[in-house]
Amino acid sequence: MAFVTEQTDAVLVGASPPSAAGGRRRWLGRARGLPVLPLAILIPFVLIALFANAIAPYDPTEPIPGAKIFEPPLWMQGGSVHWLLGTDFQSRDVLSRLIYGARVSLIVGVAGTIVAGSIGTAMGILSGYLGGWVDQVIMRVTDAWLALPALVFAIFLATMVGPSMWNIVIILGAVFWTRYARVIRGEVLSLREREFVKLAEIAGASRVRVIFRHILPNVMNTTMVLASLTIGVVIIAEASLSFLGVGVPPPEPAWGSMLSDGRSMLMVGDWWLTIFPGLGIVLVVLATQLLGDWLRVRLDPQLRNL
Amino acid sequence: MGQFVIRRSLYAIVTLFILSLTIFTVIRLTGDPVTLLAEPGARAEDLDRIRTEWGLDRPWPVQYLAFAKNVITGQLGKSFNYEMPVSTLYFQRLPNSLELALAATLISFFIGIPAGIISAVRVNTWWDSFGKIVALLGLSIPGFWLGLVMILVFSVWLEWLPTSGQGDWRNLVMPAVALGWYFAASLLRLTRSSMLEVMRSEYIKLARLKGLPSYAVIAIHAFKNALIPVLTLAGVNLVIMLNAAVIIEVIFAWPGIGRLLYEGIFQRDFPLVQGVVMEAGIMIVVINLVIDILYAYIDPRIRLTR
Repeated sequence: MAFVTEQTDAVLVGASPPSAAGGRRRWLGRARGLPVLPLAILIPFVLIALFANAIAPYDPTEPIPGAKIFEPPLWMQGGSVHWLLGTDFQSRDVLSRLIYGARVSLIVGVAGTIVAGSIGTAMGILSGYLGGWVDQVIMRVTDAWLALPALVFAIFLATMVGPSMWNIVIILGAVFWTRYARVIRGEVLSLREREFVKLAEIAGASRVRVIFRHILPNVMNTTMVLASLTIGVVIIAEASLSFLGVGVPPPEPAWGSMLSDGRSMLMVGDWWLTIFPGLGIVLVVLATQLLGDWLRVRLDPQLRNL
Repeated sequence: MGQFVIRRSLYAIVTLFILSLTIFTVIRLTGDPVTLLAEPGARAEDLDRIRTEWGLDRPWPVQYLAFAKNVITGQLGKSFNYEMPVSTLYFQRLPNSLELALAATLISFFIGIPAGIISAVRVNTWWDSFGKIVALLGLSIPGFWLGLVMILVFSVWLEWLPTSGQGDWRNLVMPAVALGWYFAASLLRLTRSSMLEVMRSEYIKLARLKGLPSYAVIAIHAFKNALIPVLTLAGVNLVIMLNAAVIIEVIFAWPGIGRLLYEGIFQRDFPLVQGVVMEAGIMIVVINLVIDILYAYIDPRIRLTR
């Protein structure tokens, strides 16, 4: 429970709009009010993830020919321009693994959030709109699933299902949908009593039509806000699973498993194996949280106290 | 009151029933648990032997009843690897986890409550922004990465603290900070919003009108009342920390419940994994039940509205 409901209540509002001086120019004027800081962080990461093949200097899963293991980054003694951020325990290029790792993190983050959001929104609408035993069943399942700490539940599922990137997406979707279901159900309960829904029903609209025409469009804002705040949680959950060895399986480069690989060399001070993947996670999650807060203020001021 | 307690307890039982059903189903849906238990490439006779030994050749309802009986009698099945009831293992580790969780709770108090109070008292000032940044970082920096970075700084570079294991306070500091970090952020946000709510109330105005100095209003009148939800959250957090500190316990080689779960994963000891997960669920459902009943006892409105 506490795990995500609290995530959704981060308080920070997006970066302040550009200064008045910059606003004079038209293109900046248009950018006014956009969350500059989160976008400035996220867009490069998205581009890196999209064009990983073109940017990464080496294959992230193969050793660099001629390189030793645990080569240091360029600016340290023994560094080389051939491996800018050094090499890992299989003499693979850390930079290339980081670049491909961004792809894994973002895919799992976005896809996991979409799965969770779709199931959760559907369940929330069914539960709230149909009521009766459907509501009872869905809400009791939600209660039961929320009783487990998200990470423990995810570890349990991942252990049983077996690791693969798409399994992790489904697992995280299965763990996090309950958070949406609760909130969406609450929204639908009040929407159901609104006049436009009542009138549609009186006019003879079928339940399916009411749900798709009248209910769903009205809860989409909430879903979007929740989604923007879930992405970060999902990314950290994926990193945690990969760190424990039940996430994205090796040799696939995931930031979580890179952290786990670097652990053994932490004691001798090979900091780059730990710092860089962690910074990647922190920056991406920070940016999604900021973006989520911006969206929340923008789309639904009532959710501020969610 | 009696009726409330009965109804609420029934809900808790239903929740636990669904939880047990979920755990039971997941294990069997994802293939043959015997293949999880046995070495890869085991002979068919061996698989059959294990199947009979663990009762996995019986029909599902019978298996579920056996599982439910194990849960109700408090044994939670026998660990495949330790050949002991899971509950025994769980309660052996509980004191260690409790030590870590209490220390982490203390740390989350020290960071979260003062920062939350200052943010609320000096709302929309520089102090408040600082609080928001702390809260945001609490969500964005994964505790386990913070742990790794602390090992690097305080153990490897500065050589102030031991890297892992259990012993005196020096072993406890880093894992407690890493674990308490996230929860500090959630306490901060709750303290802030709870304080803000209280500060707007009539009795605070009265206390000010009486001419009480500002610190007395804040410390005696506001803080005491704002503390109730904060302590509730801390209680729930404590139970979550007991069960969900998997990565932190792995990183710092802390012999707690999280590590037990981790060992279960790697030894493919599915009765152990299943038992620990179930036990975590039971503890959280029970603590929520207790909190609800206490609230209803203190505040009669809660009894009536449900």
